[in-house]
Amino acid sequence: MSRSRSFKPDRDVAEWKGPVVRYDLFKEVTVAFVVVLILAVGFAAIFSSPDEKPITLKSWSTAAPVDFVQTAITELDGTSGTARYGPPYNSTQGASQKLGPVSLENLAGVHIPIDTAQDFVVKPLLTLPGATALDGAIARYEGAGGAQRASWNAAYEKAAAKATYPGHLSVPSGSYGPVGLMMSDLLAMARSGALDGALTSSGQLYGTDYTKPLLFIADGQYMADVAGNHHLQGTQWGMMNETGSYPGQAWLWLYTMWYQIPPYSTSSNGDVLVWGTMMILTLLLALVPFIPGLRSIPRRARIYRLIWRRHYRSLSAGR
Amino acid sequence: MSIDVEEHETASPHGATPGVAPTWTGRFRRWAVRDLPPDKLLPDTQPAYVASWIYVFGALTLAAFAVVVLSGAVLAIKGPAWWHVSSAGLFVNSVHLWGTELFFFFMVIHLWGKFFMAAWRGRRKATWITGVLAFVTSIATAFTGYLSQQNFDSEWIGTQAKDGINATGAGAFWNVLDFGQMLLWHVLLLPLVVSIFVGIHVLLVRRRGVVPPFDDSAGAEPAQAEPAGTAS
Repeated sequence: MSRSRSFKPDRDVAEWKGPVVRYDLFKEVTVAFVVVLILAVGFAAIFSSPDEKPITLKSWSTAAPVDFVQTAITELDGTSGTARYGPPYNSTQGASQKLGPVSLENLAGVHIPIDTAQDFVVKPLLTLPGATALDGAIARYEGAGGAQRASWNAAYEKAAAKATYPGHLSVPSGSYGPVGLMMSDLLAMARSGALDGALTSSGQLYGTDYTKPLLFIADGQYMADVAGNHHLQGTQWGMMNETGSYPGQAWLWLYTMWYQIPPYSTSSNGDVLVWGTMMILTLLLALVPFIPGLRSIPRRARIYRLIWRRHYRSLSAGR
Repeated sequence: MSIDVEEHETASPHGATPGVAPTWTGRFRRWAVRDLPPDKLLPDTQPAYVASWIYVFGALTLAAFAVVVLSGAVLAIKGPAWWHVSSAGLFVNSVHLWGTELFFFFMVIHLWGKFFMAAWRGRRKATWITGVLAFVTSIATAFTGYLSQQNFDSEWIGTQAKDGINATGAGAFWNVLDFGQMLLWHVLLLPLVVSIFVGIHVLLVRRRGVVPPFDDSAGAEPAQAEPAGTAS
């Protein structure tokens, strides 16, 4: 049996016993569909939709070969953004974001293991056929001790900072051993398009996982520069926008807004703080009917007087 | 005849309701007929207070959803590469995009309208919650659509969004840089979830009716208060 509770205007209603009017549900839905179809077709005909060509390792290394090489050496020496990312790609200590004392990334663990030196540089280079000198350079690099490799990497990274590309890769000389040949061959491989294929290859005939090439590309500066030119940087309200003058995902405005203001914009745990905040707000939205105070806002705001103005007008006229 | 046996069983004194078979199907039919009779499911009248343009936005949201699903079905029939190389494909993709923009535009107005009507009153809490769930899953559906475009927008959105999703731990299982995974979520799993929430939401609207206005007079009679312990 149910027992009655006291009437609360933000929870309960008096059953409607007033007049009804004719209503045609099918007609309303049909007219709505025709109207929306006309609007969507009209907007599509007038404004079309954006389709900016994607950046590939080939297009990046062709448009910005020096940036490609400067990024590639950070993949080899383990200092790139991906190499130091932490879960789900690797287990870099201290890289994970925390919500209070808890790191959800660490709890989930490394599920998409990526060793940037091997996966982005060494293994793709080993797929190149008939490259005797390169094979020798890789064997020399792989056979060297950690300290020697670090020394070569550091020397190349320093030299690559002054690299130029006057029709070919020009890197100041230095004590970088086999790394010079590895980097110049990786650049050539990327410019041919072969590196795109090597990084999307999953062992099956059809590859659909672009995690590796996209992480490699995102580690460079070129992609961020292109995004900036399209007003897509994080400080430009980032991913809720699209290329061109399209509305984009305007419904993500609240999510994107947090990234613009402290402490979210300055905290090293900014991403997880934004998500935590959005989860709480979403939960509040879903549970509004149960939350005293929050559920009283509509009654106190009195916007319903505008929505039901004819109803209240008829009540006044009847008194 | 087996029908005679069935009728005899349902009339037995062992707890079965006369006229209702003691089966899951029979109980479901009884529940459906009781809570969603034809005149509630397909009404041809409605309370006189339903007289505002704000009420149109629910139907407009459903209509936009239909446009999005239909244009998406055409894109699915032709495959993910079609719209990049064909002017007809680009047009259908544009209808899909603008249908989505209209869908969210109408849905947000519908949501705010229902908020300011306090449309959860009178055992309509589940209607409100399923509406919010439809809104949230629609955002995820649209997001995977942006990730499945195979152009610079999808690259940039994916590489930016991965940080937030990875920070929650979800990135270990839901990889926004995996085109195949995101495309399947976009064209199958999430639309299915949205459709289920929207379907339940609409049926609840039909079951409970449109929320009446606030009583701005002395107040309503307590007898109409929601029974304690009711999960609606």
